[in-house]
Amino acid sequence: AEWIHRFSLPTCPLLAVLHNENTNFIRIIVSIAGQFFSSGHTNNWAVLVCTSRFWFNYRHVANTLSVYRSVKRLGIPDSHIVLMLADDMACNHRNPKPATVFSHKNMELNVYGDDVEVDYRGYEVTVENFLRVLTGRLPPSTPRSKRLLSDDRSNILIYLTGHGGNGFLKFQDSEEISNVELADAFEQMWQKRRYNELLFIIDTCQGASMYERFYSPNIMALASSQVGEDSLSHQPDLAIGVHLMDRYTFYMLEFLEDIHPASKTNMNDLFKVCPKSQCVSTPGHRTDLFLRDPGSVLITDFFGSVRKVELTMDAINLTDPIKQMEENPVNGEEQKEVYSYADQLPVSEIIHQKPKQKDWHPPDGFILGLWTLILLVFFKTYGIKHLKHIF
Amino acid sequence: MQHDRHRCKCVTQSVVTSLDISRLAALSIAAVVIIVGVPLWWRTTETYRAWLPVSQIKDLAKLQLHLSADVEVVFARGTVTPEQQKKVPLTQTQDEEHAVDGDLLVQFIILRLQNMKPYRTATIMEEDALKKPTAAEADLSLHMLSESPCGSLVVYVIPESSSLLPEDVNVYIGQRRTALVRISAQMRVGKTLEQLLAQLEPRIKQVLQVMSFSHTDITVALSDRVRFRPGNKESIADSMRAFKSSPGYEITFSLLNPDPKSHQLHWDIEGAVQTYIQPLLTKLSPLANFSIDSQTLYYTMLGVTPRFDSSLEAYTLNADSLAHVINPVEARLGSNAASSNPVLNFLLYVPDIRHSPLYIHDHRKQEVPSNAFHSPRWGGIMVYNVNGFYGSETEFPVHVNINMAKVMGVFLAQLRLLLGVQSLSPPPGFLVAPCGSTGLADWELDRLMWSRSVENIATATTTITSLAQLLDQIGNIVINDNIAQQVSSAVTSLQLAMAELEVGNLGFALQYSKEAILASEKAFFDPSLLHLLYFPDDQKFAIYIPLFLPMCVPILLSMLKIVSEVRQRRREKQAKKE
Repeated sequence: AEWIHRFSLPTCPLLAVLHNENTNFIRIIVSIAGQFFSSGHTNNWAVLVCTSRFWFNYRHVANTLSVYRSVKRLGIPDSHIVLMLADDMACNHRNPKPATVFSHKNMELNVYGDDVEVDYRGYEVTVENFLRVLTGRLPPSTPRSKRLLSDDRSNILIYLTGHGGNGFLKFQDSEEISNVELADAFEQMWQKRRYNELLFIIDTCQGASMYERFYSPNIMALASSQVGEDSLSHQPDLAIGVHLMDRYTFYMLEFLEDIHPASKTNMNDLFKVCPKSQCVSTPGHRTDLFLRDPGSVLITDFFGSVRKVELTMDAINLTDPIKQMEENPVNGEEQKEVYSYADQLPVSEIIHQKPKQKDWHPPDGFILGLWTLILLVFFKTYGIKHLKHIF
Repeated sequence: MQHDRHRCKCVTQSVVTSLDISRLAALSIAAVVIIVGVPLWWRTTETYRAWLPVSQIKDLAKLQLHLSADVEVVFARGTVTPEQQKKVPLTQTQDEEHAVDGDLLVQFIILRLQNMKPYRTATIMEEDALKKPTAAEADLSLHMLSESPCGSLVVYVIPESSSLLPEDVNVYIGQRRTALVRISAQMRVGKTLEQLLAQLEPRIKQVLQVMSFSHTDITVALSDRVRFRPGNKESIADSMRAFKSSPGYEITFSLLNPDPKSHQLHWDIEGAVQTYIQPLLTKLSPLANFSIDSQTLYYTMLGVTPRFDSSLEAYTLNADSLAHVINPVEARLGSNAASSNPVLNFLLYVPDIRHSPLYIHDHRKQEVPSNAFHSPRWGGIMVYNVNGFYGSETEFPVHVNINMAKVMGVFLAQLRLLLGVQSLSPPPGFLVAPCGSTGLADWELDRLMWSRSVENIATATTTITSLAQLLDQIGNIVINDNIAQQVSSAVTSLQLAMAELEVGNLGFALQYSKEAILASEKAFFDPSLLHLLYFPDDQKFAIYIPLFLPMCVPILLSMLKIVSEVRQRRREKQAKKE
């Protein structure tokens, strides 16, 4: 054990396995407080969702983009981030500074930089798509960038923001996801071992209600407000005309700006972000499902992507010369497939299209009411005595 | 007066009959609603659920794996006396039973590791082969004589007079499926056959630990399904390094040239892949499909500034900073958008002229001979220095032909580690032959196949059992016919795979386990199983009340009225009687 302390450097967040078959070399596993084995993850994923649309919900998009920016800065590549934005603020007609989304007033920081990769945009952000991404039940034609291809050694960060209530989160102003559905989705992820550890952050009104129903292991949850409280927005910008950020995410971002890929800050510091004096609402967190102690969980375990690295000590001695590839004799009559574009606007098909068969729906409330009225009138004219026997 | 009474009677009679008719109408409406309406509503709002073999799935949950391997022990001349030769027993089996705690779904995993050992003496041709000068040649000629099927082993016991093995080595493990064990004189002189066999037993067990499956291997293969026991840290590191079992893998070779103005790099990647990598992948084809592609990236820097070491007159990267190299580079590497298979990236980095030569140092500031490092479940990076190709007056850009043999040697070693070929340190007195030009010994392939089969079976079992539990819990999910069919075929394949493992047919077991896992994944991840039908009870009431209440209230009230009238009449009758 003393060897380990003597050889471990103070800022060494990785594992190096020294392995030499020829000498009687004992494997020395150098780590800091057993970091490799305690975190147990080899890759990081992030699912960042903004669920509200319309110009006055600018702050939700700015929230999500700021978290996206921090997560990318700390190392998670775009291929491991699923970004879902329900509306396009940067190219909105009401944006006085097009192609920008600001998170600080006086337009200090443009979080919509040059390399934003939005995977689900606009009306694609629905409860169904969100649950499909989490559980992996996507149709086979879905491209790789829209999938969450995590395995049992992935740490996933899930960030949701928008308008919410006691036990639900509103999507696109027309549907909602309940806390039970979310808990069931996480349980399905656990059953299929789609995550090693999960950090769930939600910045909505009454956000704590969304993590009340979780029951799968290895989930840590943070929310911006308790049940019965509202999450408030931070500051309006008079030039743009809307509130730019929510308070909780604003202070969380200030906290994250101090984190760099090699920092050692742990989760207990994240729990202290935005106390009631700054946030007006009381942020909450839930750690009872998490196996490790939050004090030993690094921020970069979820927000960054510190790779574990091992030095390659062996090499195989290859002595065969490279085979020369046989040149295929070029034939004059070589069959070449001719490709062409499909007809982009098949006018003749459109003109002669038959109207689509609509499914039959039972009559809705208006029709039922109308018929009730007609029946009442009938009874009125032809004799109320038939009704008397009933009432 | 009589007329009035008569008329009264008629009037009351007609009143009574109209009351009767209305009562009859109300009763019949109620009867129709209850007898016809309620069952009709129930049937039309039922979800279609195809039949699933639930009892078979429950049986699978008690996972009992029996693994058996054939080990043949052959005594060469000089190891047993002729009298002992006649008494050599034919077979001996050895059972080991281990119970491993599963998690909640797959309760118990019982492993029975069985080794069937037929004993025999060597044939003339085998004796000739054992007389070759070196162990490697003996191995080759023994392999020419008979090829062992996959999963089985042959152990040749040679006398101490044999010159095949060097002095301090007692066991030689060949490239294929044979091992040579040397017994010393004191082990066999004056001992009975039983004693000799008893002494040989631990040696053979050690050989099996190296060349075939062992309890720890199988537990590691099941590592995500069993309770995390922080016992063996090395094996856990191994399980975290290798990719999980997947039907296919994508391998990408990338050449990173940050300084095209100075270096014009040329690498014969097609030829190198064909000569060095393809044989390994062909050998591994029963495990998974591999697809290879390659690319060259220009102006891609490492993202970490190396330090100049004046004592070596070179730039160094120490092991701490390696962790931050991968992320900036990964953004530039593409991947195949169409498939969701895991990707193994192998990068060859040629440092730019201002940071040449570049060496990787380990924690003790010593140079890493291969100048390469790898990241678990991601891939490997090798730094290739080309400063030897030019002096001070050369004209830039310098044309460089990369030595692919050296590069592919390193990549092949990394590929082996990432695919799960564990490099164990063998016990003392053992000599392990270096793996051949394919990069993989036959017994290493067998070990991989054992652990993959077990991993596939465990994963498929858990998937099926959790799917069955999920469908049971949530009554609203529609189970289509194709899902039921996938589940049934997965269950059948699992049963077949476990049967083949018990017998020892490793190839078939792996194939069935792959089919099982494909079918179970298809069933679990079918897009139609999305549960969006969560209705809390109060919402269900809110939907049905406006539809059914206006209809039910008149019926109920008329029923109540009838009941109260009947009761009143009965009371009147009773009052009349008294």
